[in-house]
Amino acid sequence: MLSFTIRSLIQKLVTLFFISIISFLVVYLAPGKPSQIDPLNPKFTPEDLVRFQKEFNLDKPLHVQYYLYYKNLFTGHLKSWKDNQPVMGKIQERFLNSLWLFVVGTVITWCLSFPVGISAAIRRGALFDRSTTFLSYVLISVPGFFFAYILIIFVVNTFHVPVIAMQTFGMTQADNIYRIMDRIWHLVLPSILGALGGIALLSRYVRAQMLEVIHQDYIRTARAKGLSEDVVYYKHGFRNALLPFVTMFGLILPGLIGGSVITESIFAWPGMGRMGYEAILARDYPIILTLNFIVAVLVLIGTFISDLLYMVVDPRIRL
Amino acid sequence: MTVNDQNINELHHGLAGEVSRFTEAWRIFKKNKLAMWGLIIFTVFFIVAVSGLFLTTGDDPVLDPAKVRLSEKLLRPFASVDAEMIKPGDRPLFGTYLLGTDDLGRDIFARMMQGAWVSLTVGFVAVGISVLIGIVMGGIAGYYGMYRIKFMHVLFLIAFFCALVFLASGQRGLAVDSLLLSLLFVVISMIYNYVSLEGTKGPVTLSLLFFDTFTVDTLIMRFVDIMLCFPSFFLILTIVAILPASIYNIMIVIGLTSWMGTTRFVRAEFLSLREQDFVSAAKVMGIPDLSIIFRHMIPNAAAPVLVSATIGIADAILTEAGLSFLGFGVPPPHATWGNILSDGKRFLFDAPWLTYIPGLSILVVVLSFNLFGEGLRDSLNPKLRKR
Repeated sequence: MLSFTIRSLIQKLVTLFFISIISFLVVYLAPGKPSQIDPLNPKFTPEDLVRFQKEFNLDKPLHVQYYLYYKNLFTGHLKSWKDNQPVMGKIQERFLNSLWLFVVGTVITWCLSFPVGISAAIRRGALFDRSTTFLSYVLISVPGFFFAYILIIFVVNTFHVPVIAMQTFGMTQADNIYRIMDRIWHLVLPSILGALGGIALLSRYVRAQMLEVIHQDYIRTARAKGLSEDVVYYKHGFRNALLPFVTMFGLILPGLIGGSVITESIFAWPGMGRMGYEAILARDYPIILTLNFIVAVLVLIGTFISDLLYMVVDPRIRL
Repeated sequence: MTVNDQNINELHHGLAGEVSRFTEAWRIFKKNKLAMWGLIIFTVFFIVAVSGLFLTTGDDPVLDPAKVRLSEKLLRPFASVDAEMIKPGDRPLFGTYLLGTDDLGRDIFARMMQGAWVSLTVGFVAVGISVLIGIVMGGIAGYYGMYRIKFMHVLFLIAFFCALVFLASGQRGLAVDSLLLSLLFVVISMIYNYVSLEGTKGPVTLSLLFFDTFTVDTLIMRFVDIMLCFPSFFLILTIVAILPASIYNIMIVIGLTSWMGTTRFVRAEFLSLREQDFVSAAKVMGIPDLSIIFRHMIPNAAAPVLVSATIGIADAILTEAGLSFLGFGVPPPHATWGNILSDGKRFLFDAPWLTYIPGLSILVVVLSFNLFGEGLRDSLNPKLRKR
């Protein structure tokens, strides 16, 4: 266990080092300089350009820039090129907003996909199974932004509630109960959209896992003992089908930024994905790179946690 | 000889007729109704896209996707053309706007036809690139994976990589230095090889530089791990936004960021195929490695690649639509389904067909690719058949 932990940590640090190099190169080697972002601005004189380059170390050789960038990142001195604010402070603020979406979306995903997947597996080949299978393909195939608009039209026309942004403008004076309801309405659509792909994939996966389990010998034994169907499925079957999903807790971490770019832009949700999109538009390299780096760290932490959980949950596995 | 043939005929007499793998797969595939629908829609889409290419290009196309008619903007589907305002040459086919017009009065039907070809090429080229990289990387990892890379070769790779990077960043001096360094490493390797060929033990200092490090397999699979750590859509968005806008850049970038799955499949297949008797037989017969890989192994590893490619096309079409939606898609003269949709979002309540038509088309096409791919997986994978 200890040797695995140490080995895995070293391996992940090496991976992270290479990721830092590649993401740095991708952004810095691209044609066009960040100082060219506003070439028509008459106030941006060549002297300003030189000062800008000096201030953000752009006049130094590439490997020095790399070193300075990551030194600043780890010491917390990294500044955004646009407003000179510390990058970490900006991200922290947006992170909390994204966290809401992420938590609600994850809860929706897990609460829906397990019942759907299990019932589909139990009633294999029946109408319910076939329709959920088809539906999950539809959910994988639908462009998220198109579905978002359908949902917006539907919700706005049916319930007459505003859904764009985090809360209705000017709501701060209202009663608590109205404010909470308002926040919930604003949270519902983006988190459902974030959860859709996950529901489709996870319910298929649960179904496959459950199908695998209910053909095992011990399920037949349980039936032969005369246990009721519910006990057979949920006590003997489901518990064993659950094992792989314990480990998926680690793998959902990167979803925090991953697919949220489009959803957050549509709903004007001030989260990390939209921040990344805005940073790309403004060529704010420090923010782009830091977001990339954070996602990579989250992926690595996620795989690490899921590896550890594997060993805890299933003692047969020795890594 | 004839006796032998007779014997074989007799042997085959009582047995069921030999069924080729394709016939067998097709038999199973036909039973899957959803997958059959996927195949049908895919075929229709293909025909529409190819005819769209011919109908919308040329000097005087039958369907002109770029014709602006400002007096005819935001018409609903099946609206007929206003004969007084529009010159005969500018009128759409049959005098009606089959799918309506957008805010500049352009014919949505013509734009959809053009966009179909763009979506198709983006999907196929991007997946072609990723499958090519995937087969090469996975093939090397699976077939030559056990060889260890010598320390000197690692040094060479690093120096050469640095030279490329410095060259790209415009630092000529450092680039030349690194290039010279990497050349030095090549020369040292050649000397070492020459000395080892002579059969004599080289100088101890030289062989110290040639100890074994990690295997080829480790190198490639660690690289796959590294690539999988990037948030793919965000990475694609970053690169596409930084590079000049062009349809080819989008295809290349999507291809370059989606080869990891194929690499893993091909490697896994190659690892198991390499141990099988027909490969050993081919080796014993002295068939060169490349021929073994291309003639004997890749056809046997094709099934999972084909499946992941089909689903990859669906993903690529969705990614392109997402990029277009965010304003980084295929640049304006080309119409794509993604940018028709994103142009239409401003008229969501006034002209909902601008959203529904491209949105539903993307949904149907992507769905058909996904269903077809899954059906293909079920029919090509004998393990899943029994269930």
